[in-house]
Amino acid sequence: MKHAAINIDNVTKVYGSGQSKVTALDRVSLNFGPEEFVCLLGPSGCGKTTLLNMLAGFEHPSQGAITAFDKTVDEPGADRTIVFQEYALFPWLTVAQNIEYGLKRKGMSTADCSNTSRHYVDLIDLKGFEKKYPRQLSGGMRQRVALARALAVKPKILLMDEPFAALDSFTRERMQNELIRVWQAEKTAVFFVTHSIAEAIKLADKIVVMSPRPGRVSEVIEMSTSRPRDPETEENVRVSRKIKKILHLVES
Amino acid sequence: MLASNQVQTAAKGAESAQGSDSAQSPSRGIAAGIRSIAMFQNVLPIGILLLCWELASRTIPDLRLLLPSPTDTAIAAAELVKTGVLQRDIFESLRRVFVALFVASVVAFPMGLLIGMSKSAAWLLEPIFGFFRPIPPLAWIPLSIVWFGISESQNIFIIFLGAFFPILVNTIQGVREVDQQLVRAAKTLGANRLAIALTVLLPAALPSMFVGFRVGVGIAWMALVAGELVAASSGLGFLISQGRMLFRPDFIIVGMVTIGMIGLILDGAVRLLQRSVMKWQVA
Repeated sequence: MKHAAINIDNVTKVYGSGQSKVTALDRVSLNFGPEEFVCLLGPSGCGKTTLLNMLAGFEHPSQGAITAFDKTVDEPGADRTIVFQEYALFPWLTVAQNIEYGLKRKGMSTADCSNTSRHYVDLIDLKGFEKKYPRQLSGGMRQRVALARALAVKPKILLMDEPFAALDSFTRERMQNELIRVWQAEKTAVFFVTHSIAEAIKLADKIVVMSPRPGRVSEVIEMSTSRPRDPETEENVRVSRKIKKILHLVES
Repeated sequence: MLASNQVQTAAKGAESAQGSDSAQSPSRGIAAGIRSIAMFQNVLPIGILLLCWELASRTIPDLRLLLPSPTDTAIAAAELVKTGVLQRDIFESLRRVFVALFVASVVAFPMGLLIGMSKSAAWLLEPIFGFFRPIPPLAWIPLSIVWFGISESQNIFIIFLGAFFPILVNTIQGVREVDQQLVRAAKTLGANRLAIALTVLLPAALPSMFVGFRVGVGIAWMALVAGELVAASSGLGFLISQGRMLFRPDFIIVGMVTIGMIGLILDGAVRLLQRSVMKWQVA
């Protein structure tokens, strides 16, 4: 196995105290590599978003520790950027300015900023839309801009919180293909939260199946490296049945 | 105002229905058409009002003394313009309002941002402002005369009080209602506290800040007239109180109409400013 880039070590997260105590995550341990595409799959309430927020540095484990690239995660930083489900683009900035936002915070020169943003505008296929504002774009286009904005600062890991859940199914499919293409070009680790089995099968190197109340890792499934992947093939249907069994969605 | 809002939404609807760039010019043409119809609809009832007023004033002789007809008023306005009184009073009033609005903005916007962002600033300052806010600016007139005498600073102080609180309160609210996802996005992209304040909270709070400023301008204009009625030797409020002393109801009406029109123009100017600052909302 490759050197672990992200190390989630025996992490428990508890909200509230006494009677109203809720265990969101119960002794979760995970490792993954610097270029690995990990899908975190599970029904709502299994703590997947909590885990993502802890990786981002917005929340902290009640017990256990998270290290990313040999550093303990304790606050948000540009080495771990997020793509949100609701895009979270800055409505007052144009497409190019949104992509440049993180670069400006790094103190990059104006010329370098515009070179970099041009590169990412090309990568996400939005040439000609640089000067549009987010509200002038469709949902799929907005999510592509959010992806470019998150990638432009060269993060070591990209955190994606059900990024395609708000899109229609055609756009979603196109975005999944596009994400794979962009990820292969950029070579970062991806931590992708989803509740769609088909999506996880299509995208992941490694599927982490979680079960709810309390949130636990039920199984980690390694996928073959071949892509593009069709969820309908015999092998992948078998994987899908296996996941459904784990989540008690079908009789065993 | 209601009518113009409807026009705005109608225009927006037309634009978003057509979407692309090439469709924008015809949709603008449609919007302009709707706007001119709405304008005509607004103008017609006012024309009818003026006509009835004119007729009533001419047919009932005693009424004309108390309520000069629109033509009498226009003649009085021409007289006041000719002697330069009206221009001087408009200038004096506008100068006071602008100075007071400038001071109120310089104090209230940064303070609102600070209170909205910082819990400790809110803890200290909010109860204090909460204590003063319900006191109407006009209730300050006697005390302000004791402090400043009947002077320019006294007038400006009253107008400042009128504009300050709406700007402050709306700015605070605007900052507090900022979508936290945006703040999180900025944090993961490497923004520090100062950068978040300037590049996220400020632009996100702008719409609310403009609401506060518009309300502030309206109240400032009202406070100005009230202040000038009581304690001033120039300005539009002074003009109408002089009209009373000289028993020139025509002067009074000229003053009142001017006050109303300038109030309308100021409001329109703020809206124009908002549209040019917040390009991303109209684009």
